[in-house]
Amino acid sequence: MLALKQLHDQESKNDKKRRLHSSCAGHFIKSHNSNLEQLKTIGRELAMGSQGGFGQSKEFLDLVKSIGEARSKSEEDRIVLREIETLKRRINEPDIPKRKMKEYIIRLVYIEMLGHDASFGYIHAVKMTHDDSVLLKRTGYLAVTLFLNEDHDLIILIVNTIQKDLRSDNYLVVCAALNACCKLINEETIPAVLQQVVELLGHQKEAVRKKAVMALHSFHHKSPSSVNHLISNFRKKLADNDPGVMGATLFPLYDLITIDVNPHKDLVASFVNILKQVAERRLPKTYDYHQTPAPFIQIKLLKILALLGSGDKKSSEQMYTVIGDIMRKSDTASNIGNAILYECICCISSIQPSPKLLETAADAIANFLKSDSHNLKYMGIDALGRLIRISPDIAEQHQLAVIDCLEDPDDTLKRKTFELLYKMTKSSNVEVIVDRMIDYMISINDNHYKTETASRCVELAEQFAPSNHWFIQTMNKVFQHAGDLVNPKVAHNLMRLIAEGFGEDDDTADSQLRLSAVESYLKIVDEPKLPSAFLQVICWVLGEYGTADGKYSASYISGKLCDVAEAHSTDDIVKGYAVTALMKVYCFERAAGRKTSLLPECQSLLEELSASHSSDLQQRAYEFRAILDLDTNAIENIMPLDASCEDIEIDKNLSFLDDYVQKSIEQGAEPYIPESERSGTLNISKIRNHNSYEHSTHSLRFEAYEVPKPVVPTNIPTTVTYPTDLVPVTVSEPSYQPSVQPTWPLVPVSDAGSGSVSGSSELKLRLDGVQKKWGKPTYSSGASSSASNFESNRTMVNGAPQPDTVISKPHAPRQSHVEVSEEKQKLAASLFGGTTSRSERKQSGGATGHSKVSRITNPGEDKVRPATVTAVVQPPPPDLLDLGEPVADTSGYSSTVDPFKQLEGLLDLSQDVNAASASASAAATTGATASNDPDLLSLYSGIDTVGNQNLTSMNGSVNPTKRTTSLTKGPNLKDALDKDALVRQMGVNPTSQNPNLFSDLLG
Amino acid sequence: MIHFVLSISRQGKVRLTKWYSPYSQKERIKVIRELSGMILTRGPKLCNVVEWRGFKVVYRRYAGLYFCMCINQEDNELEILEIIQYFVETLNRYFGTVCELDLIFHFHKTYYILDEILIAGELQESSKKIVHRLIDAQDLLVEAAKEKENTVSYIVAQVAN
Repeated sequence: MLALKQLHDQESKNDKKRRLHSSCAGHFIKSHNSNLEQLKTIGRELAMGSQGGFGQSKEFLDLVKSIGEARSKSEEDRIVLREIETLKRRINEPDIPKRKMKEYIIRLVYIEMLGHDASFGYIHAVKMTHDDSVLLKRTGYLAVTLFLNEDHDLIILIVNTIQKDLRSDNYLVVCAALNACCKLINEETIPAVLQQVVELLGHQKEAVRKKAVMALHSFHHKSPSSVNHLISNFRKKLADNDPGVMGATLFPLYDLITIDVNPHKDLVASFVNILKQVAERRLPKTYDYHQTPAPFIQIKLLKILALLGSGDKKSSEQMYTVIGDIMRKSDTASNIGNAILYECICCISSIQPSPKLLETAADAIANFLKSDSHNLKYMGIDALGRLIRISPDIAEQHQLAVIDCLEDPDDTLKRKTFELLYKMTKSSNVEVIVDRMIDYMISINDNHYKTETASRCVELAEQFAPSNHWFIQTMNKVFQHAGDLVNPKVAHNLMRLIAEGFGEDDDTADSQLRLSAVESYLKIVDEPKLPSAFLQVICWVLGEYGTADGKYSASYISGKLCDVAEAHSTDDIVKGYAVTALMKVYCFERAAGRKTSLLPECQSLLEELSASHSSDLQQRAYEFRAILDLDTNAIENIMPLDASCEDIEIDKNLSFLDDYVQKSIEQGAEPYIPESERSGTLNISKIRNHNSYEHSTHSLRFEAYEVPKPVVPTNIPTTVTYPTDLVPVTVSEPSYQPSVQPTWPLVPVSDAGSGSVSGSSELKLRLDGVQKKWGKPTYSSGASSSASNFESNRTMVNGAPQPDTVISKPHAPRQSHVEVSEEKQKLAASLFGGTTSRSERKQSGGATGHSKVSRITNPGEDKVRPATVTAVVQPPPPDLLDLGEPVADTSGYSSTVDPFKQLEGLLDLSQDVNAASASASAAATTGATASNDPDLLSLYSGIDTVGNQNLTSMNGSVNPTKRTTSLTKGPNLKDALDKDALVRQMGVNPTSQNPNLFSDLLG
Repeated sequence: MIHFVLSISRQGKVRLTKWYSPYSQKERIKVIRELSGMILTRGPKLCNVVEWRGFKVVYRRYAGLYFCMCINQEDNELEILEIIQYFVETLNRYFGTVCELDLIFHFHKTYYILDEILIAGELQESSKKIVHRLIDAQDLLVEAAKEKENTVSYIVAQVAN
């Protein structure tokens, strides 16, 4: 009874926030007579009930607890699997009380969250959405939105409920239904709810209007055509008098503007106006976030303006003032202020350039790069990449910062820096950059980025290669290390490039290129573990050009090719390439009038392949054998020398067969009836289309199925190109790669500009995205034109860096810029392509820094600058987000001290002192154990990630907020105590498994 | 757009997952495994961003818990970092000095709160006050429903006895 009394006391203390179960009383009476054990259990449940959320059964809490304490993944899996078995059995029992069912559903959510399959219970979650009780309905909706993707079959069973709930009188039910709409309604079911959702745009509750806008936004994502007629509604909602609704409307508008800017140009003035009002704090105070007025809305507006102002002088001019104002006002000490600043830079680099804004942006970038915070550096590098498109020389001021980032141990930062280098590549620095990129590519394991880096290297090499030799070497390296990852098209491009040369009408250059390729390949070819794509290139080039200039004998080349085929006996494609190459070498020899005989190993290879399981290899072998018996003249026609670039005319009508057909008809054969004219058969392609449509949309079929009919090959025309007879139709290409016909647009690659981009557009799919992101098509050509400016320096610069392209990466501790290592300076010189000597470069870097300080006219920023300098001198505040040691985060709860004792002591204090002072004393107590306590508090005010802010300026502005936040946080100590008492009852012990569980997330 | 929100403990235990883009159960497991491998091993003081499969994952650590959000290449990392902070501040206000344990035992409530902050992968409401008001309204509603239900079930139980 004593325990009960205690519980009672506790409840009355808590009732401000925690709510009582009304059934408590009932439990009390019932349990009165039962034995002590039962009493304890019920008391425990009661305590949980009084905590408001722990309304689940002990069984479930035990599950959560045991999973929380599981020591390994396999143990966790075992527990979950057992739970799944239990639930499978229970959930299908008849007449489960609804409350019980609700808990089962929540347990399903839990096991699904842990990565196990709960699909057996989905249907029950769906059923729960149908329930009349709001409590159950909400749980049902929560579960289905977590369980089901928009393509799940069960969704059709929810649509009806959603329709009903959208009409509900209770706006919270409508909200729940709208939430579900966003996740569950798919392209097919949009029409079922669209009208209702549109009507809800006029609902009296702003929460509903907001969610309705967002639901339409998600519909637009899933099927743009379904909501296209609603554009005017979105525009109208922009003027909604609730800022939340206005803010939500920005999302669909942003999407619409992304698709097509022009119809929305008239909104520029409105957006500018809204942005101005937001920045001037005209929105309600509640939208402030860390003292910044509605930053999330500002950012979205800046994104929209960036789209609207791109390439539009008139629109851009309207934005200049407001962007300038925002940049001036932004709070560089807070994370959110920097987020806005970054968005401003993005906007400035996207709209029509304004010199003044560009200067401000450059200053902001300089501050980012100077910062100690990796996040800001990262943003700075990114922003720099955007801005160099407009003012290419801006990178030069920051060269040392860029190089620091390039050598930073943080992979994210490094990667971003490579992205920047990729964007600032020109012919003067391509060698250094590509070499570095290749080194990096070799060092990483992440296939995605390996692939990306590889294709970037290829692209840069193709665009800016200073020499043929370098180009071939670079490509070899790329292929050697990432050959299987790069798009196969890259390999074909390389072959094409070697075949076509660099496009100049300079045959000697072309043959030099080929020779250097052949030479390097002969060197490499014996290495083990070459990627298949690379071997294909090697075989093709050796076959085509191996003997071309007479330096290597046919038998030598043939021997190498046979070795390749032998060494890679499992790779049919490589073998195919090798055989065809052998055939070519043989043919060219014969055509040149030399007497040749096949090497014995070649002969045995042919024999082996003639019996190959691969019909393709067999065919090649037989073709080769057939050629052996032909005379020189025929061979010359079949395999003309160096003709890989010539178009092959394919007679699609097969006119050469006309005579034969005529003869046959005369002899009484049936004339051919084209497929489409044949009666009784349906258009096959139509059926196929139909089928695929059906497949993709899961829609119901209403017509009867067609009568099955004999299979007719549907692609008759394409089979014509397939070399079915002994004479190969394609001369140089393997028959199974008809896409690599030389009929492609032959674009001179060295033209660097848009031409090469279009020529190899397919291979650069991913990069296209990047280019789209970073700028307009003018970018490449701009770069190449700037490259020509540097052409004059090129010889000198190229001379210098060549020997030390592979620079060791000494990780010297970051020093002031005065003591920059030699290597870095060299690297800087080669990257940024300046003509000045090293010492001058260093000085000029300092000079630009100085000039920038003097350039600042704004007194406010001027004040900040000296402060940041002092901040550098002070030891930087520990980064609180990434507290390295668990001891540090658990401050008061470190495992050596019994946390409860401490808390009990605190309780006495807090009983007669008000909440604020209680929390202050808590801070003091925890401060005794952890010296960085003020930092923990400052974490809450959200200025933590910015590592470099100066402490002095912080103290002024942040202290008041610190106090207010601790006030609003309420009676922490009591809460903490309650919480701990509660979990202790449940048997979760902070000292046992994971003390972290108990540490407050916000410090 | 935010593709998903994850919350992982320092030991790699999943505390919250919310998927705004379609991922199959298999993919989800893979994503979580890959990301916890990448993020939990990162040292302090590094960027709060990792690039992953052409997306960016912004993470932030609070005590022993990591909150991660996956975004597109063109999104603003610092903004997302603040959205995470905003979410945690909201949780803090709701639970009163939130700790990991709260999220473990009240994970469904965490989902409800998240649903008021993010919708369809975007930030739907940036006013803390309005979010709190909505969450409180829902709680009241649930409480009312619970009370009603309890009395009924209580009566039924009585009758049955």
